[in-house]
Amino acid sequence: MAELRMRDALREALREEMIRDPRIFLMGEDIGAYGGSYAVTKGLLDEFGEDRVKDTPIAESGIVGVGIGAAMAGLRPMVELMTINFSFLALDQIVNSAAKLHYMSNGQISVPLVIRMASGGGSQLAATHSHSLEGLYAHFPGLNVVCPSNSADAKGLLKRAFRDENTTIFIEHTAIYGVKGEVPDDPDFLVEFGKANILRAGTDVTIVGYSGSVHPALRAAALLEEDGIDAEVIDLRTLRPLDIDTVVASVKKTNRAVIVEDDWKFGGFGGELSAQIMERAFDWLDAPVARVSGKDVPMPYNRNLEFAALPSEEDVAEAVHAMM
Amino acid sequence: MTHQQISLPAFNPPEPGNEQLGMFLYQMQLLRRFEEKTGEMYTKGKIRGFLHLYTGQEACAVGALNALREQDRIVTHYRDHGHALARGVDANRIMAELFGRVDGVSGGRGGSMHLYDVSKGFLGGYAIVAAHLPLAVGLGLAAKMQNEDRVALCIFGDGSVGEGEFHEALNLSVLWKTPVIFFCENNLYGMGVRFAESLSTQIPTLAAAYNMPAVSINGMDVLEVYRETQKAVQYCSTGNGPYFIEAMTYRYRGHSMADPELYRLKDEIEQYRKRDAIEALKQHMMERGMLDEGGWQDVVSRVDHAVDEAVAFADASPEPGLDTLYDRLMAEPANG
Ligand SMILES: Cc1ncc(C[n+]2csc(CCOP(=O)(O)OP(=O)(O)O)c2C)c(N)n1
Ligand SMILES: [Mg+2]
Repeated sequence: MAELRMRDALREALREEMIRDPRIFLMGEDIGAYGGSYAVTKGLLDEFGEDRVKDTPIAESGIVGVGIGAAMAGLRPMVELMTINFSFLALDQIVNSAAKLHYMSNGQISVPLVIRMASGGGSQLAATHSHSLEGLYAHFPGLNVVCPSNSADAKGLLKRAFRDENTTIFIEHTAIYGVKGEVPDDPDFLVEFGKANILRAGTDVTIVGYSGSVHPALRAAALLEEDGIDAEVIDLRTLRPLDIDTVVASVKKTNRAVIVEDDWKFGGFGGELSAQIMERAFDWLDAPVARVSGKDVPMPYNRNLEFAALPSEEDVAEAVHAMM
Repeated sequence: MTHQQISLPAFNPPEPGNEQLGMFLYQMQLLRRFEEKTGEMYTKGKIRGFLHLYTGQEACAVGALNALREQDRIVTHYRDHGHALARGVDANRIMAELFGRVDGVSGGRGGSMHLYDVSKGFLGGYAIVAAHLPLAVGLGLAAKMQNEDRVALCIFGDGSVGEGEFHEALNLSVLWKTPVIFFCENNLYGMGVRFAESLSTQIPTLAAAYNMPAVSINGMDVLEVYRETQKAVQYCSTGNGPYFIEAMTYRYRGHSMADPELYRLKDEIEQYRKRDAIEALKQHMMERGMLDEGGWQDVVSRVDHAVDEAVAFADASPEPGLDTLYDRLMAEPANG
């Protein structure tokens, strides 16, 4: 076990996988000489050379398309999109080619591509640079959508992504790049897709989060404990495939569910999750499923306004109290 | 603004022989009749959805695809039946795909705009304008990184030039010296908009600005297309990076079966029909004593037979079972 920041755990995953599989190469804006906007790829250019660590022009659609083509031809590319905010420019490639080619070609073509992107608000980058779009990508059949909340999962899930025959949208919350956590040293350590993680067992309420929102969920559980409420906290880890079974089993035990997410509430992933809980565990619920989400506005720059727009542990605790 | 003049290595491919010209003629006639038949099947309701016919442009597909080698790869746009046929994809299975049947090249899941036959290096028709240009660069990049001598032929229409992906792909391809032939079939229209009204310059001018050889050729002359594409294959496969061809051509039918064709005059179509590529090759061969009327009738009847057979095959093929709806959504994960 080593104590690693999430960015270092991600880098370890990239290194180990590149050593293991010569078909893997990296492309992205400023991933080489600059070392990556969030320093995830720092040092990899020196270690692997410019054939396997390629700086690209600022051309999101183009580089994702090149990644798709290279994956179709037998390589294992990873494209880093700097941040999720710029992935809108590559949306067509992701949705119409990466996610569909296997199905449309009746299985003749596969697109084993990893697309990494930094996400989330909280850094006063304002509306264009603070998106949480995990739910958007989870909408599309044919993709894996992965969003770790800690260093060990970041490493295990990223390594797992390189061993998949499909395209994986790998989303990294910027607020937790610097958070340290224990990470297994085993180069074969993998975290399976579609296996949620029960981070805290409890009996009174189920709090579900993913990516950065797992952290206010955990802090809320600590607050609630002081009030004598025993919360179970579940980290979804991957939205597609979704481990709904673990969530439903928990809700059947606690009879209450709160979903926490940074993304907008309206039409967001929390709505999907809430619907699935209702479909599968309606008779076990003692209260309507609650959602604590980002507020339905473009992210404001001002520190206080931004804070108000994002879910906090107090918001989560309040939602739990309201349903007890 | 000056054009970068790329000096090309001298390369004069041998003239195609008798037998090869006969094959070009057969293929062009096959593409023509196949499309006429699909139009007919559309009006009968056997084919649905969008159907974009290729009639008029046959010399492009037959000239370009025959210049490729077995190991080369192809991506093209949604007007793709002709390209698939010229690559040797089974006509029966293409027709079955248009009928939406299990024996179709994509099992009835793709339809007219999304034909695939990986066994032939035919990696798809792409229905989002210009989306496949970056993919072609990726195919070229992969070949280069794997030290394989494979060229990617990327076929698209004049309408692609307005898309950002056109420019991103050309730039990346030159930067990374990927073996890609960008083959633009300029049929003068993107749906109903004349290309001259949607582009502020000439297409080869743009391509040359990205620092690659760019030529404009007569896309109604199969021999010229064949020769120029051979040059491109030679150039790309020897590590020089991409090559751009604009083939001037014309489509006889509407953009798709839904097109009322309000934007052009019948007279314009007639003018182009006078330069018909099949007629031109026929004349060329007859003048040189390579073909007589009997030989031509033989081509016609062999093609008619093949097209009728394709329809019979497609019609006999079953519909996909409803229990297959979720099949092959996700590829099986590898073991690493
Ligand atoms: C991104 C995108 N925008 C619009 C369309 C609708 N559309 C389909 S074909 C077409 C015209 C394209 O013309 P061109 O590239 O010249 O090809 P041609 O049909 O002439 O072969 C348009 C606008 C599309 N498929 N994709
Ligand atoms: Mg056109």
